Amino acid sequence: MSVVALPPAGSDQSAPETPASGPRRPSVLRSLGGSPSAIAAAVYLVVLAVLAVTAPLIAPHDPHAQDLAARFAGVSGEHLLGTDEFGRDVASRIVYAARISLIAPLISLVVGMALGVPAGLLAGLRGGVFDMVSARISDTLLSVPAIVFALAVIAVMGPSLTNAMIAIGIVFAPHLFRVVRGATMAVAGETYISSAQAIGASTPRILLVHVLPNIRAPLLVQATLLMGFALLAEASLSFLGLGVQPPDASWGSMLKAAYENQAEAPYSVLPSGVAILITVLSFNVLGDRLRDAVAARRSQ
Amino acid sequence: MVRTARRLATAVLVIWLVHLLTFLLIRLVPGDPAQQLAGERATAEEVALIRTALGLDDPLPVQYGRSLGALVRGDLGQSIFNGLPVVRMLADAAPATLSVALVALLFASLFGVGAGVVAGLRQGGWADRAVSTVATVGIALPSFWIGMVLVTFFALVNPWFPATGYAPLSEGGATWLRHLVLPGTTLGLAVAAEIARHTRGGVIDVLAKPYIRTARARGATGVRLVRGHVLRNAAIPVVTVLGLQTGKLLGGTVIVEAVFGISGLGSLAVNSALERDYPVLQGFVIFAAVVVVTANLLVDVAYGRINPKVNARVRSS
Repeated sequence: MSVVALPPAGSDQSAPETPASGPRRPSVLRSLGGSPSAIAAAVYLVVLAVLAVTAPLIAPHDPHAQDLAARFAGVSGEHLLGTDEFGRDVASRIVYAARISLIAPLISLVVGMALGVPAGLLAGLRGGVFDMVSARISDTLLSVPAIVFALAVIAVMGPSLTNAMIAIGIVFAPHLFRVVRGATMAVAGETYISSAQAIGASTPRILLVHVLPNIRAPLLVQATLLMGFALLAEASLSFLGLGVQPPDASWGSMLKAAYENQAEAPYSVLPSGVAILITVLSFNVLGDRLRDAVAARRSQ
Repeated sequence: MVRTARRLATAVLVIWLVHLLTFLLIRLVPGDPAQQLAGERATAEEVALIRTALGLDDPLPVQYGRSLGALVRGDLGQSIFNGLPVVRMLADAAPATLSVALVALLFASLFGVGAGVVAGLRQGGWADRAVSTVATVGIALPSFWIGMVLVTFFALVNPWFPATGYAPLSEGGATWLRHLVLPGTTLGLAVAAEIARHTRGGVIDVLAKPYIRTARARGATGVRLVRGHVLRNAAIPVVTVLGLQTGKLLGGTVIVEAVFGISGLGSLAVNSALERDYPVLQGFVIFAAVVVVTANLLVDVAYGRINPKVNARVRSS
């Protein structure tokens, strides 16, 4: 039921890891070991990524091969999840669509990171005019709903999945900016930053070598949560016909096609819908547990 | 007063920046914007027509001055597709969208706060776990899928509500509402999940406060305790979420209107994107920003009402 909008720009996860002192504490990833749901989510996502990469090897059928005599065939040994309105094998299409459904959110994440992380690091460390200006730009982007902005970009550049995901990525940037800025500000007062500045380390060096490693946990939390959101955004845009264009398919466009044929094949909305649900749920659960792990580390 | 003035100034600044963003978006794209909008198969005349319609022949500063001047007068330009004023098109489409959003907001507040309070008061109990599970799954479901499921069960299998369309208020309140139940619920569920999560957190926080122990020691229990002490204090994070969710509601109407075949702002935006009618999209982006910024201003004012400490703190600083 998630409508397309970003999760509220995080503030609670913006506190950084404190630099390791004394005996090394277990890494955030390792401290996830105590959460079965997080492990299940992580394992699922890894398996899904492997399936997507090896799709040509494991898909039982050509995802585009039509067999109009076997439209809406039920579940069978031949067709594990039945066939769609053109008699194409649904299981094979789900596996192939996983590629687009995973790559599309990655495009948004990369765009968002490329814009938000450097700006957040600089604003957090330097403050001043740069901080003020970038905070205003961030507020501006936050006041436009992601999908509305994506529609405007599509109007200019034409309907394509890449354009849409770049637009979503631009709207992500303020969320990453805020998290990175907050975390950097907290680290910026630490002695080792002042020491690095005192011995004449350049700003890029300080940011990359001293700040970035210490704020990667909150960044990872935000990135994981944004992946789930971007997947939903992709599905929604493809549902509107503004994302992936046929014959390519994502889970969103498969769900749209299934919906249009619901009268003939009522259960055909299940495979793609469930794939979206479980994948988004996995990103969200993993992100939430990571956030808990970061918070637990902080209070140690 | 100073605080309100500063907030207002920031709001105006943000709107101005959103306008600048939409102005630059089309003009900084590589290539000829008119050609971009006309598409690859357009004739030279069509491209020239769009160029004239958008005034793209003038120098950039002249174009910008004209566009900003028009914005100040409340003019958002004309549609390339049918030449109608964008403001007029938005105004025609707005009632349907605002009706859906209103029902969604009501639904979300009612269910979100209710479920959140129940879950928070019985932390760790079965109700808490049920609410958390539903909220977690709910946030991971695409809204259009929820819409499809609701249509299947409550419009097709059981014909209780119309499956599609919108009836204006002039056709009678009951008819209007009947058309809004399913789309409003679809749109409101995600927001309800978010509100429930924050209400639960707020209630749990407040219950741990010393004044609750004091109230309990004085014999306040049940409804009196919750109404008198818990709700008002737990409302602060919830009001913040409501402000943040305005954008989500507006973005969500784009999807929900497509599922339910409602011709509101969302459908207008999707059709305009497909027709490459940029002025309409530009108008919609600015309209959305105005709504979101206004909602956040209202939230700010509400803070002071709910929690007098906010005003006191500002006055003393």
